[in-house]
Amino acid sequence: MKKENTNRGVGQNAPPLLNPASWNPITVQLIAEDLVIDRGARRVIEGLSFAVRQGEALVLTGANGIGKTTLLRTLAGFIQPFRGSIKLDGGDPELSVAEQAHAVGHANAVKASLTVFENATFWNSYLETGGQSSARIQAALQHFGLEDLAEFPAAYLSAGQKRRLGLARLLVAHRPLWLLDEPTASLDAASSERLVAAINAHTGKGGMAVVATHLPLALDRARTLDLSALKVAA
Amino acid sequence: MKSFWALILRDLRLAVREGGAIGTALGFFLVVVSLMPLGLGPDLNLLARIAAGVLWIALLLAALLSLNRIFEADYEDGTLDVLATGPLPLELVSAAKALAHWITTGIPLAVLAPILGILLNLDLNAYPILVATTLLGTPAVSFLGAVGAALTMKTRRGGLLLALIVLPLYVPTLIFGISAVSAGAGPGGLGASFLILAAISLVTVVLGPVAAAAALRVQLQ
Amino acid sequence: MQTLTQRLANPTRFMELSARLLPWISWATVILLVYGLYLAFLASPADYQQGETVRIMYIHVPCAWLSMMIYGLIALSSFGLLVFRHPLADVSAKAAAPLGAAFTFLALLTGSLWGKPMWGTYWVWDARLTSVLLLFFLYLGLIALRSALEDEGAAAKLTAVLALVGVSLLPIIKFSVDWWNTLHQPSTDFTSTVDPSMRLPLLIMALAFTLMFFAMHLKAMRNEILRRRVKALRAQAVAGRDRFGASAAQGAAE
Repeated sequence: MKKENTNRGVGQNAPPLLNPASWNPITVQLIAEDLVIDRGARRVIEGLSFAVRQGEALVLTGANGIGKTTLLRTLAGFIQPFRGSIKLDGGDPELSVAEQAHAVGHANAVKASLTVFENATFWNSYLETGGQSSARIQAALQHFGLEDLAEFPAAYLSAGQKRRLGLARLLVAHRPLWLLDEPTASLDAASSERLVAAINAHTGKGGMAVVATHLPLALDRARTLDLSALKVAA
Repeated sequence: MKSFWALILRDLRLAVREGGAIGTALGFFLVVVSLMPLGLGPDLNLLARIAAGVLWIALLLAALLSLNRIFEADYEDGTLDVLATGPLPLELVSAAKALAHWITTGIPLAVLAPILGILLNLDLNAYPILVATTLLGTPAVSFLGAVGAALTMKTRRGGLLLALIVLPLYVPTLIFGISAVSAGAGPGGLGASFLILAAISLVTVVLGPVAAAAALRVQLQ
Repeated sequence: MQTLTQRLANPTRFMELSARLLPWISWATVILLVYGLYLAFLASPADYQQGETVRIMYIHVPCAWLSMMIYGLIALSSFGLLVFRHPLADVSAKAAAPLGAAFTFLALLTGSLWGKPMWGTYWVWDARLTSVLLLFFLYLGLIALRSALEDEGAAAKLTAVLALVGVSLLPIIKFSVDWWNTLHQPSTDFTSTVDPSMRLPLLIMALAFTLMFFAMHLKAMRNEILRRRVKALRAQAVAGRDRFGASAAQGAAE
């Protein structure tokens, strides 16, 4: 179906989850300490501390505008917290948290004039510092049921298909931390299940995920952080 | 570095697929240059004298048309978020995008310039110099333009604002680009104009991505 | 123990200090300006070549000086904002931009009026005038960019980036305009030496204009701080009056 143009003799088909040199099976965790986040003149998050341990998913809940997106964008390094620290304990010390994370927001980052395969290949070669792996791209497209659409420009895709392609980025390049903002938006039930399966597989292999969602998702090893409860308490 | 080339390659591929931007810029360049004799009269001697200036000004305006899309498209569809969390610092992201803009806009405009020179009765001997100066000067257009594009990325009347911001900054490129082509190249002769033009482009190639990245960091908050 | 700049950085301290300082600066401006104008228009001689028109110089030169100094001040404030996150830096940059544009415009206007008897026309593409014109465009760019951005925090930082880009390119722009000028016309050298009898009035006027700018700048900064306080209080009031609670108002703001 596709030309195999990569030299796969390097043997990097299944790269380890984290840089082996710094990989510590017990202590890899995302730690946020005493976060204070401002948006404009408004204080959105006040004194929030939490940890996401290896293999764990943290589900963020709370009403609209409570600060889920703000918190995720802060974790992804876009927003500088007013106070507090975010670190990936046991991660690669040379990389920032953002560089070890996938951030999936409301937009899909899909280019309409590139084919599905080209979109995925670009993410792979841009985000993945190791060798390019077409096996990885194939697997990602397959997981989200896009393998038959690989040759089509993304412009032909429906909203749900574009969303799935956007989510395929999670599997195309490897990052220990996933930051997902309403990932099930415009997904049907079957696709949502595929996403949940991807998250569970990721955490099952020792990855971490922070997911903001309205819908209850069947995530394994998940804890919930209710930001509105935090507001009331504060 | 792999990410850097991947980004440039993607931008070039997008430019080819979406096509419109280059075509519009080239068409605009052609129309503006053709309007000059209509406005100034068909006196060939006059046209020959002002040809270099007209070509350079029209080129700047044509390049300006596509500048505001440098970051805007990637911002709108969320790609900029992905680029920012990638292994490449934003400075290099900006540099890659500006370089891609230069390849897709600066080079085609520079190649078209001598053809339009015919319309303006430009001295034949000036053609190689014209191509050389436009190639040497247009990086400044793209790399300073990237700063303006990053600054105006989220504003509604981005295009006009961008023009107001960056056109005064193009003055050095314009002056030295024209002075190299015009006969009697001024103090220091032709070589000096060339070297200064190259120096200006180098300064902007270094300064532009740093400033653009600073602006993008603010915009992504 | 706070350093001096830290204490000045506190907007409340700044309001107290500027309230005490402002009358002194304003009165010093008035006195110097009256004295300077007296010297410039009554007590100094007319030029042996230019006659009475030379007196425009006493307005033109201070304006031209301010046009550059204010851009420098904006660049300095921008640096303070981006590097040190100084809370007053943006207030200073924002207040200075329209003032700088105004003085630059006055420099252009007086330059053009001065040029009429000198060159026989209101506008000549003289190297100095052209440089000041481009500086005026840079001011316009700063003001336009700020007014186009809705988020004030982002507007502050983005305008600061533009100001720093502008100030780093200004020497190149000035150099290129000088080069361009020598290319197209022999330089018109008319302010080579200023007669000692004109030096004192010029100095007094420059000082008076500088103080006048600082008085206006302080006042504009105070206005800006007050405007921001009003805005913050209003936002608070809106959040407090929402009967569905604070979270609904926050949702609307996002």
